[in-house]
Amino acid sequence: MTTVDYVLRLGDDALVTAQRLGAWYAAGPEMEEDVALANIALDQLGAARLLLTYAGELEGAGRDEDALAYQRGPADFRNCRLVEQPEPDFGTVIAKLLLLSAFQLPFYEALAGAGDERLAAIAGKTRKESAYHLDHSTLWTLRLGDGTDESHRRTQAAFDTLWPFVDGLFASSEGGPVDAAELRKTWTSTVEDILGRATLTVPTPVAEPTGERTHLVELLAEMQQLHRAHPGARW
Amino acid sequence: MYGNDFAGPDAGADGGLLGQVEAAEAALRAAAHRGRVEGDPAALQDYFDAVIDADQKIEPRDWMPDAYRRGLVRQIAQHAHSEIIGMQPEGSWITRAPSLKRKAILLAKVQDEAGHGLYLYAAAETLGVTRAELVDMLLDGRQKYSSIFNYPTLTWADIGAIGWLVDGAAIVNQVPLCRCSYGPYARAMIRICKEESFHQRQGYEILHTLSHGTPEQHAMAQDAIDRWWYPSLAMFGPPDTDSTHSAQSMAWKIKRFSNDDLRQRFVDMCVQQAGVLGLRIPDPGLRWNSERQAHDFTSPDFDELMRVIKGDGPCNAERMAHRRQAHSDGAWVREAAAAYAAKQEEVVVV
Repeated sequence: MTTVDYVLRLGDDALVTAQRLGAWYAAGPEMEEDVALANIALDQLGAARLLLTYAGELEGAGRDEDALAYQRGPADFRNCRLVEQPEPDFGTVIAKLLLLSAFQLPFYEALAGAGDERLAAIAGKTRKESAYHLDHSTLWTLRLGDGTDESHRRTQAAFDTLWPFVDGLFASSEGGPVDAAELRKTWTSTVEDILGRATLTVPTPVAEPTGERTHLVELLAEMQQLHRAHPGARW
Repeated sequence: MYGNDFAGPDAGADGGLLGQVEAAEAALRAAAHRGRVEGDPAALQDYFDAVIDADQKIEPRDWMPDAYRRGLVRQIAQHAHSEIIGMQPEGSWITRAPSLKRKAILLAKVQDEAGHGLYLYAAAETLGVTRAELVDMLLDGRQKYSSIFNYPTLTWADIGAIGWLVDGAAIVNQVPLCRCSYGPYARAMIRICKEESFHQRQGYEILHTLSHGTPEQHAMAQDAIDRWWYPSLAMFGPPDTDSTHSAQSMAWKIKRFSNDDLRQRFVDMCVQQAGVLGLRIPDPGLRWNSERQAHDFTSPDFDELMRVIKGDGPCNAERMAHRRQAHSDGAWVREAAAAYAAKQEEVVVV
């Protein structure tokens, strides 16, 4: 039996990713990239909506996608910390997307063939999108890693900064048909291969920092502000 | 409109204009089968004039007068710049959209605008300029974008007002361009108009929901209409008596209707829709004139329009600063992509 928390974790990863990417409107390095980043944000948001709707149904307390997205505080968000990290430059956007999509692709592929029919149907759709996200972030990682000295330095720094948060992707996820912890090997081989081809160094493992999730607090404050200012309103 | 979950104004908030888009598309397909004509300058000019007279299309391969080419580059580039700058006022609400459905619709809309910019720059490139040159002209202020995007988006209702009024005005302006005499521009406009029509319906639906929501939401919607009405009327440009490019543009069939005719068409279209929305158009002079079979209305403040065009609008500096920042922040990425591509070519040659 799939638990609410299991589904929330997947939905929150997707929602927070979409929220970060949504802030990149009209800020990409090329117009084509504005289109691509919006597309990826839309994919993640679409997945989030399906997953949060399902989580609400499993919970059975009458909460829909918006109640779960807008009326939970930071302490109740189940996403991994990687996705909430700020994206100060395009290198960080790409590094984060690579780390995430190298996880989401095998995860959704496994979910598509696993026991929960509803999750299998959602994953059947999202795995195709994850394949595109991985392809897009791989191509950019190669260009940036093996481009100029500056792009190499910036992109290596982005992977170094995000690396302490990769463990969170694999925190054991009981309560659902696929355990994230089992995908680490596949993920490691994908990511190490791409970083190698991009002439980047695989960072040394570091423990995830502890402390308050201030980035998530700020992200949610912005996202939820308008919705919360009008309790009970329809939009 | 998004999905089928909203019963909006029938026949489309665009007043059936999509039918005109389809007719223009059929004419373009026919034009694409014409061959290239060679000859001396007089023969070329005669051929150009004959094509224009016959309501056919000039294509990139065809000879065209320099002024025709320059005018088109100016107009198409200005249009492309407007799409790219136009992403900003709405985009700033993506992270704050009040529901996930609205967030998705807005993301898709802003993405469409980037796409429109791309088609239009591509259409301009068929006239012998490059996108990079045009972007430089935007960044250093030699070329303009639509002054409407120099107004701020203060509340969520502004997203509705931009869709209904700004995109509505854009459609009224742009549907005739689907039949403009330059083929690549006309083709780009066909696709753009189809998407703009969705945008307008989405804006209308946002306002409809707000207007029939809580008293605060209704007030928010009315406030947005109050602020966007006259700037939207100004989008049709100066009155016909003051329009500098209009006469030649009409003769060349780039432009098909005068600024004032299009403005009138827009007002007449909005009045009925405002009634269904339950929102008031902020013009005490607005009334039906049965003699003219059209609405009398108060003209926008054209002095304000000129001030905003010259750079003195509420957000001119902010919009340009954002665009320049994005361009300079992205420089290292573009350089990396070029360096990487060059390395790949070397590998192939070796």
